[in-house]
Amino acid sequence: MVENRPWLTVFSHAVLIIGAITIAFPLYVTFVASTLTLEQIMQVPMQLWPGDQLIANYTQVLTGGSTTGSKAAVSSMLVNSLVIALVIPLGKMAISVISAFAIVYFRFPLRMFFFWMIFVTLMLPVEVRIIPTFKVIADLGMLNTYAGLTVPLIASATATFLFRQFFMTIPDELAEAARVDGASPMRFFWDIVLPLSKTIMAALFVIQFIYGWNQYLWPLLITTDESMYTTVIGIKRMIVGSDAANEWNLIMATAILAMLPPALVVMLMQKWFVKGLVETEK
Amino acid sequence: MEKRVVFRSAWLPYLLVAPQLAITVVFFFWPAAQAVWYSFQLQDAFGLKTQFVGLQNFAHLFRDHNYLESFKVTAMFSALVAFFGIAISLLLATMADRVLRGAMAYKTLLIWPYAVAPAIAGVLWAFLFAPSIGIVTYVLKGWGVDWNWIINGDQAMLLVVIASVWKEISYNFLFFLAGLQSIPKSLIEAAAIDGAGPARRFWTIAFPLLSPTTFFLLVVNIVYAFFDTFGVIDATTQGGPGQATNILVYKVYHDGVKAADLGGSSAQSVILMFIVIALTVVQFRFIERKVQY
Amino acid sequence: MAAVSLRDVHKSYTPELKVIHGVSMEIEDGEFIVILGPSGCGKSTLLRMVAGLETISAGEIAIGERVVNDLEPKDRDIAMVFQNYALYPHMSVYDNMAYGLRIRGLSREEISVRVKKAADILELGDFLKRKPRALSGGQRQRVAMGRAIVREPQVFLFDEPLSNLDAKLRVQMRGELQALHRRLGTTSLFVTHDQVEAMTLAQRMIVINAGRAEQIGAPLEVYAKPATTFVAGFLGSPPMNLIPREGKLLGIRPEHLEPCAASDALLTIDVDLIEPLGADTVVYGHVGDSESVRVAARLPAHALTREGKLALRYDAANVHWYDPQSGRRIDT
Repeated sequence: MVENRPWLTVFSHAVLIIGAITIAFPLYVTFVASTLTLEQIMQVPMQLWPGDQLIANYTQVLTGGSTTGSKAAVSSMLVNSLVIALVIPLGKMAISVISAFAIVYFRFPLRMFFFWMIFVTLMLPVEVRIIPTFKVIADLGMLNTYAGLTVPLIASATATFLFRQFFMTIPDELAEAARVDGASPMRFFWDIVLPLSKTIMAALFVIQFIYGWNQYLWPLLITTDESMYTTVIGIKRMIVGSDAANEWNLIMATAILAMLPPALVVMLMQKWFVKGLVETEK
Repeated sequence: MEKRVVFRSAWLPYLLVAPQLAITVVFFFWPAAQAVWYSFQLQDAFGLKTQFVGLQNFAHLFRDHNYLESFKVTAMFSALVAFFGIAISLLLATMADRVLRGAMAYKTLLIWPYAVAPAIAGVLWAFLFAPSIGIVTYVLKGWGVDWNWIINGDQAMLLVVIASVWKEISYNFLFFLAGLQSIPKSLIEAAAIDGAGPARRFWTIAFPLLSPTTFFLLVVNIVYAFFDTFGVIDATTQGGPGQATNILVYKVYHDGVKAADLGGSSAQSVILMFIVIALTVVQFRFIERKVQY
Repeated sequence: MAAVSLRDVHKSYTPELKVIHGVSMEIEDGEFIVILGPSGCGKSTLLRMVAGLETISAGEIAIGERVVNDLEPKDRDIAMVFQNYALYPHMSVYDNMAYGLRIRGLSREEISVRVKKAADILELGDFLKRKPRALSGGQRQRVAMGRAIVREPQVFLFDEPLSNLDAKLRVQMRGELQALHRRLGTTSLFVTHDQVEAMTLAQRMIVINAGRAEQIGAPLEVYAKPATTFVAGFLGSPPMNLIPREGKLLGIRPEHLEPCAASDALLTIDVDLIEPLGADTVVYGHVGDSESVRVAARLPAHALTREGKLALRYDAANVHWYDPQSGRRIDT
């Protein structure tokens, strides 16, 4: 600190504490609601300390979903979400790392053309091509499948760029040394490039895990079968009408379950998360 | 920037780019081309016959009061989200940069909403603000505010803005904090020796030096408000009441999926594509400029 | 081990951008050759062409009996030490050295024997399990050499391997390199811009300027009889004085100038700067009427303590003559 101004420091802490509390408040209310009975929630104002329905509510949603809305068990939704949140980052990294390797370490006809093809995908998010993409998925028979939920989302210019940028920082001499040592291109890739990319992959994994877990529009479009719902979609399907008609205790329990895995990943892998966020810049 | 060392192979590089290119072509280029194609077509009510109508879908859109209204709503929505998202996180980041004790704890407490899906953020805030049972609604009623976003358009807009900003603060906060921490301490100290107080130092030194970060976040936040907030809208207001929160992306979805208006929805997609391209170019320009610094 | 032949070797990146304009040299089996030149002269490019990291635009390079123009680096039986060492950062010292051998399919035992032997020679035995980042500059340098040694190649290629070390360590590593070459006797090509390295390490040196070989010869021979004004001005510190005389250039080394009475003077200079170095004193000045002709003289430690006019003489035997147009030596 440049100078000692105790009141300013107190003020700073006050702002941060108010900020943290405000940001955490919805989460707290959600948690409390997930431990109450529906009747307790309906009493205005709702009590702000946890009730005794925690086990009952969570057991209900994990095994049977809600009673008025979707009846799909949240446990199977969590499995679906997990599959998607793992396949998307892993698939994305796999295809991006090899295409970035080809673009950086080889010279071949159409190289820059391919590079621009990948780059242009930045300009075509799912949101702007909803209907035709849906048709493609339908034509390929990929509705209500894991493949349909994941494959279209694993092509990504950002991951390719990130790897490309990182490869550019690997000293040329390393590749030359490997060549003199007799390593083939793929051997160099496996033995040198991949191990060096470990940290960047960890960072990318965290960001893409969250991206995959939180997918909404895409699963909304291509899943109609309850057994393929993701957790985020499941919550939406439990909301059936105006506020009094919903089983808020069960919805909120599901919301907690839906938030827990990505929030844990962010908090526990904070270092990678921040690195991934700042370096992908998107 | 190019590598000095390269490998030579007639087939290997093609094999390596093939998976990504295949997915790109099948799931990006083909649908995008189809969107453009459909935008020139008119489909009858049963989806049996299509007819080439040129720019008629576009002409129709720009005469459509609802569509123009949706433009206004989107502009309003993204301006509010970007402004509050940036202002609040800049305040928090400045404070977090000041304090020595507990900085890590504050950081952890402020970044977790990034992990929350937009749709869930919407549900959380919709519950707090629920017209009959919401806890915030109850407090507002105590203050004499008649709160019901189900029927009040301005309140609905406020709700989706709050939910969207809440989720975006953590992202902005991290970038501002990184930006503040990269400002050399000697600059701040020099200003302090020159007699500038904390507020003056912030506005004359930190804030101008942060301007590249602020600009970058402005673009990112606008993109976020345009596209990623789909979940917030769909889980809460679904564009209503009336057209009050019907942002462009939601309208594309609604007209295409719910109303099955293929040509109209595709024409909207094409317009959105132009908006994304413009935003990407702006962002790319910015990255180029940053390189020169 | 093998001889290396460079036969009229050319390198051009584009028709306009030529970097090597025809270099020829026969390197004998077991010789230690230094390629010396200023930065950007093409000396590293030449080495990389021998390594196979750059293509050869015209001419031929042969290692032993084989012309290697179209061979991959791995098939040329060479090993290279890079300026920044190019150690694999995620591998231990042992794995760095063993990597090339594993690729070549040597048995585990054979690899272990070879790595241990190289580690002994380079005194790296205690560091085999460490990662490169846990090593000092000098130790990394040794690992880079170890990686070359274990391969037991026909030719060692060194690309300015000592330039990232501090001055003291550089002297030490120079000594170790010499000892290593005496021990292994492998044909070596060593690129540097440092004339002290060239003088001390080379059995023969090749001085390169702007993509051309200015002179090839043993260090002292090159020092004693520089073939061109470039070599004369590049070797020696301070370099040879070049003074216009009778339409030619008179070359005289600073150490061959000595103070004398004004009446005996063959050369009189106005002193600009005196640098007492302890062992001797270097005096810089210019020749009376023309400011542009600078002269340096290496004098005994206490020969001169004041500025002003200085009368100098030299032996005719130490004089060199050059053609001012071509820069070539004129032998009388």
